Amino acid sequence: MTQQPTLDRREIVPQLFPRPQDYLIITGLAGSAKDGAALTNDGDNLFTMAGTMGSAVSVGLGVALAAPESQVAVITGDGELLMNVGALATVASMAPDNLTIVCIDNGCHGETGGQRGHTSRRTDLAVMAAGAGLPSTMTLSTAGQVEAAAKFLTEAPAPRFLVIRVTDGPPASFKRNLDPAACRLRFRNAYLKSALKSA
Amino acid sequence: MAHPDKNAWSAQIFNHLVDAGVTLFAYVPDAGNARIIELADAHNEARSVLLTCEEEGVALCAGADLVGKRAVLCMQSSGVGNCPNFLSHVKGGRFPILMVVSMRGDYGEQNPWQYPMGQAVEPLLKAMGVLVFRVEEPEDLEPATNAAIAAAFRAGHGAALVLSQKFLGAKAF
Repeated sequence: MTQQPTLDRREIVPQLFPRPQDYLIITGLAGSAKDGAALTNDGDNLFTMAGTMGSAVSVGLGVALAAPESQVAVITGDGELLMNVGALATVASMAPDNLTIVCIDNGCHGETGGQRGHTSRRTDLAVMAAGAGLPSTMTLSTAGQVEAAAKFLTEAPAPRFLVIRVTDGPPASFKRNLDPAACRLRFRNAYLKSALKSA
Repeated sequence: MAHPDKNAWSAQIFNHLVDAGVTLFAYVPDAGNARIIELADAHNEARSVLLTCEEEGVALCAGADLVGKRAVLCMQSSGVGNCPNFLSHVKGGRFPILMVVSMRGDYGEQNPWQYPMGQAVEPLLKAMGVLVFRVEEPEDLEPATNAAIAAAFRAGHGAALVLSQKFLGAKAF
């Protein structure tokens, strides 16, 4: 990566999801969870993690396959994604047309002190996702590309994968519910209730 | 030693899973689950999901549960060693994860590489809150399958149906 990132994740994520209520949102742990919680006000269409690093894409794929009528968004980070990067091949093979993956790439492990990660060296996650077989991939690195990225998230053939190159600045500040069993029930009950209503 | 017919017991497990509402069959290929996956691929309402690593399957089953659907994770016992951190979804999140584990590294194993993980399967699953239902003899299959399904989908536990090599037959080297 030759250019230093300039984008602030706290500004970009809400611009990319102007209507977060239209998605079932699964986030990984740490920064992506806080960004997701701020985006939805820790809403009942959101399931965040605070452990199980690497599982966000796979949880999101499970949701997407089991709820084909819903739009599903996974928000993850570069460190988390690389921990279970084979999941991208599974996503490509299953090819759910309702799954969007957004990777907030700050090039470091922000939660543990900002230690440099592979994407600040030589690794390009969009290329890896394309190599895994995802039909649509894009990298967002400048403010001028935000509109195109928002369009990509709604119009590019799914499953789609967007990398946002951001600075190593902090994620959104948000105190979310950290009880996984309570969060499971909250999400599940809200989904089943809305599915019942629309049935 | 005669072992039970693979087509017959695979169909028995598969039918119970379908009757319990399982629609997603996540798997890493193994001789022990090959027929179950073929049956899933041939079934109208079931779908198989090929994984790169077993831990993905734990997360995928959790995702299906988040929207009220049921999934199963089929794998060889070596793959249990790839799952522990993601099994926090079971122990902490009370996701009802159901696994079908075909054993290596137990009764009759000839490959020394298989013993360390094979012998660690049960302690590891138990450490992460997954109940173990073992099949050693043909007559164990029906009750153990029913018990594992009940523990997962009625009682909300992590549950593993463990098919021993005594039941499956050990691979020759």
